[in-house]
Amino acid sequence: MNWIVNNGDLIGQLVVAHLATAIPPIILSFFLSIPIGWFANRFQVSRGILLTVFALLYAIPSLPLFIVLPLIIGTGLRDPINVVIALTIYGIALMARSTADGLASVDPDVRQAATAVGYSARSSFWRVELPLAGPVLLAGIRVVAVSTISLTTVGAVLGIDSLGALFTDGYQRNIPSEILTGIVVTIALALAVDFLIVRIGRLLMPWSRIVGAGGGRSARRQRTAATA
Amino acid sequence: MNFLIQAFAFIFDPKHYGTANGIEVRLGQHLLISFEVLVIAALIAIPVGYLIGHTGRGRAFAIGFSGGVRALPTLGFMILIALGVGIGLGAPIVALVVLAIPSILAGAYSGFEAVDRRTVDSARAMGMNELQIVAKVEVPLGLPLLIGGLRAASLQVIATATLADYVGGGGLGRFIFAGVQTQDYPQMLAGSILVIFLAIASEILFSIIQRLVVPAGVTAGRPKDVRVKSSRSRAALG
Repeated sequence: MNWIVNNGDLIGQLVVAHLATAIPPIILSFFLSIPIGWFANRFQVSRGILLTVFALLYAIPSLPLFIVLPLIIGTGLRDPINVVIALTIYGIALMARSTADGLASVDPDVRQAATAVGYSARSSFWRVELPLAGPVLLAGIRVVAVSTISLTTVGAVLGIDSLGALFTDGYQRNIPSEILTGIVVTIALALAVDFLIVRIGRLLMPWSRIVGAGGGRSARRQRTAATA
Repeated sequence: MNFLIQAFAFIFDPKHYGTANGIEVRLGQHLLISFEVLVIAALIAIPVGYLIGHTGRGRAFAIGFSGGVRALPTLGFMILIALGVGIGLGAPIVALVVLAIPSILAGAYSGFEAVDRRTVDSARAMGMNELQIVAKVEVPLGLPLLIGGLRAASLQVIATATLADYVGGGGLGRFIFAGVQTQDYPQMLAGSILVIFLAIASEILFSIIQRLVVPAGVTAGRPKDVRVKSSRSRAALG
């Protein structure tokens, strides 16, 4: 407990650094996966190819990727940009799948109805299909958010600032409470961001809660998709 | 690109073989750690997952546990254990087992859930007892999804075993951490490339196994591009 009281400033700084590295990948992967998900469902062959390629990206281990990226994009080894880009790649790898699944789960009848009432293909996508795919996207981005916040700590072994610095420092100076603090604060941060995303989801999709409480067909479908 | 050439020169340099810190030694350690972790995690997760899948109970617990582990930073968890049990292989193995369990657990129980309830009911109607249903119906039909879970776990473990050397556990991470300390970028890059190759090899191996374990004559159980839905809710609708 003493350690936390004496190092409140350090923890605060690291939380800020951690969020500055972890939040951009979460937002970027959400928006970048929308065109990918759309394109994946657009053609018969593109789905398999795109989803396989992005699944393969997820196979690249994180620490090695932090090291290889500077070579490709010409940044310094300790530049947080490497972590942001690497985590965005992982985020997209997970999110592209959720977005493609979510968009594919929209009832074809609804899509035809949208066309029938005069939506163009573009506005049908943005105003009908994407909102209806929302719950699946929400489930996907929650997974991305939590794992991104946890993965950000790995950069610490290369000297990139994040809450992971509490692990490396605590290990070198043999302070278990510092490491424990790092773990607890990281998990708390993950839960807080997860909670925030759920609130944003409720705000943007007020209908999903009502349907969810009623246990209708679409609610059951999204539950299956969210846990599969 | 110059660094990349240097990194490959590092990998193919005969000087880096045959010593106690040789590439083949570190590669072997990396594979051994990963293998041990997968075996231990499988021994814990498969029976529990089968129990959840067969009885249909405890699913919420499994999902909650997986979510909790996802938020847990493996590096911090491993270091915390290392301060308790000392440096070496102990801490990485415990941390990696915890990391590997959720994927295998999910593969085990979702494999059972993906089996059509009518298939299980017909097995029961033919006079199979619960143990026979598990062993002769649910396990073979659920195998592709279980292998899928093992595949995800293997990838995670091979990737994260890189951190093992931070607490003296050896493996390919050795080259990365030695490179970080001496500002030797080609060496770090060489270690990274080797880990990436290992991860890709694991993916290829498991994708082949996944195809081989589909029981003859079953196409419904073949891992499809679309996620498999649980048949449990559908059966209730009639």
